[in-house]
Amino acid sequence: MSDTTIKPRIEKAPVLERITTALPIALVPVLAVLGFVAIGDPAAWLTLTVAGLAMGLMIFIMASGLTVVFGLMDVINFGHGAFISVGAFVGFSILIWLGGWTASSSVFLNLAAVFLAILVSMVATGLMGYAFERVIVMPVYGQHLKQILVTMGGLIVAQQLIHVFWGPDEIHVARPESLRGSIVIGEAAIEKYRLVAVGIGVALFLAMRHVLKSTKIGLLVRAGVENGEMVEALGYRIRRLFLIVFMVGSALAGLGGVMWGLYQETITAHMGSEIMVLVFIVVIIGGLGSVEGCFIGALLVGLLSNYTAFLAPKVALVSTIALMVIILMWRPQGLYPVVKAK
Amino acid sequence: MLKTLLSGDNPRSKVLSLVLLAVVISLALAPFLFPGTKSLETAARICIFIVLVASYDLLLGYAGIVSFAHTMFFGIGAYGTALALSATGPTFLSILWGTGAGVVIAAAFALAIGLFSLRVKAIFFAMVTLAVASAFAIAVSQASWLTGGEDGLNYRIPRELTPAFKLLPDKVFGVRINGKLLNYYLVFFSSAILFIVMLRIVNSPFGRTLQAVRDNAFRAEAIGYRVIWYRTTATVLSAVMAALAGSLLAIWLRYTGPATTLSMEIMIDILLMVVIGGMGTMYGAILGATIFILAQTYLQNLMGVAADATSFVPFISHLVEPERWLLWLGVLFILSVYFFPSGIVGRLREMKS
Repeated sequence: MSDTTIKPRIEKAPVLERITTALPIALVPVLAVLGFVAIGDPAAWLTLTVAGLAMGLMIFIMASGLTVVFGLMDVINFGHGAFISVGAFVGFSILIWLGGWTASSSVFLNLAAVFLAILVSMVATGLMGYAFERVIVMPVYGQHLKQILVTMGGLIVAQQLIHVFWGPDEIHVARPESLRGSIVIGEAAIEKYRLVAVGIGVALFLAMRHVLKSTKIGLLVRAGVENGEMVEALGYRIRRLFLIVFMVGSALAGLGGVMWGLYQETITAHMGSEIMVLVFIVVIIGGLGSVEGCFIGALLVGLLSNYTAFLAPKVALVSTIALMVIILMWRPQGLYPVVKAK
Repeated sequence: MLKTLLSGDNPRSKVLSLVLLAVVISLALAPFLFPGTKSLETAARICIFIVLVASYDLLLGYAGIVSFAHTMFFGIGAYGTALALSATGPTFLSILWGTGAGVVIAAAFALAIGLFSLRVKAIFFAMVTLAVASAFAIAVSQASWLTGGEDGLNYRIPRELTPAFKLLPDKVFGVRINGKLLNYYLVFFSSAILFIVMLRIVNSPFGRTLQAVRDNAFRAEAIGYRVIWYRTTATVLSAVMAALAGSLLAIWLRYTGPATTLSMEIMIDILLMVVIGGMGTMYGAILGATIFILAQTYLQNLMGVAADATSFVPFISHLVEPERWLLWLGVLFILSVYFFPSGIVGRLREMKS
């Protein structure tokens, strides 16, 4: 009878459950295959798929900050679009200032200009995020209604301030020499810039996953999402952690803004609030608070918008709403709901 | 009698009563007190927006639900009436069935969105409505075969409501008694009736339960009220009211387009009006809409003067340019959410006590 000691038993989820958990990952390839069947033309399909991935990853960059901020502190920032616009405007100012670099044919100078523009706009939007958090968000922690109203007010003021600083007109900037034009693979023409956007997006997603899964700060963030009070009880200042996450999220929105601006080559003060519609759809599809869900949602939205823009241009945005409705009927909390109890 | 009319919900402040009385009398006698086309346009706009803002207050102030789809319902009502008038000719019958159809469609939409997304949380509903409303606005501006696209619809209204229709041969107090005047009073009295109906709704047992749900949904559920049912009903009611306001606008303007009914700017205007006027106080809608629209129409002139006066200071003059008036209202909006969430009405009521 002595050998009835209790052995730790590591429970493995049943196969079926593991499959259902992993099911959302399969959605992206499924959508791509469906798109292939509907379009029929491999060259057009390849072009659209790359365009869709690029768009999706840019939306992911902007949406990821929003979703982590919500997961960690139960704060949804309706003024997130302001960071996108400000990021784009700051970045474009730098690009205009470095006009000589972007017009030269040297790849190195081109990329250096873009890199500098991204860096400066990320610093600017990060600092703006600090101010926004302290002035606008902090007094209304835990009150959803006021949060929505106040952050909306912040968005209005920020958009107006953009008009004050940069004037009321939209700004055009051409992409740097080496990011123009496209690469031709077979019959499919793929814009170079879209490949760069895909590269940055994927790198960012991997970096983010790494930080969240295998660093201490990531551990704290995940623990904070799960149970903020317990993290505080263990002696960590969750408010400070939240401030950092908020600033990083704002800086990412700024990065997304510069990239989106270079993609469209035209920026307006309202671009942020226009993109926010897609960002919200992505965050809802992914499940509030989840980075992985946000990634899958962004790719789905990007691919679907590009396919429908090709097949039936008039229903492009309506199709993303339909996607959201279908996903929510399947999983009412989004693909990977993280925030359960709050 | 007055007490019954106001459903026992008096303004509860002397200053407030006086201001409200002044606004109502000015609106009732607007054609005689402020002759001129621009001021009549402004007065009619104020009437319509009072209904629209009050219906939003029903949702935001009394039920604690933030929706960004309110202009969608407003637009559905306007387009319903506009399409009926263009399809079946300028008769009162087409106004009637167009308005009816608009109301039914708006209610169906509100019911669907409500049942679909009110179960989860307030934030979720805000995000879903924002997405749905933008998609709807884009769909309307692209369906040009039906809605005229970005250009919108121009149509004729019944002759009795146009300036061409003369009611009396002579002027009364220097004002022509024509169809335009009738049209204004149609707008005014419809708005007044709708406002009183909404006042009745929020002061009914249903309205009280709604406030209970807003303050503590968990407790309300525990007492035995179906929270989801109350929230959805509030959404549907406010959508119906917004659609009715929309058809008033369609009748008054003789034009319906995305910019006047569906745009995000109007949604933000409504939000500003509710919060500055006072959330959860129906009278806030009257003050908010009046102040905001007067500011929109006349404050810009004043700011133009300020911009000219400061034109030698490079940065300041940009801040007070007439186009930047929304900046200052935005700041005022944030300050009101922090420091006086019950808006001007709440302030005035506190002053008394």
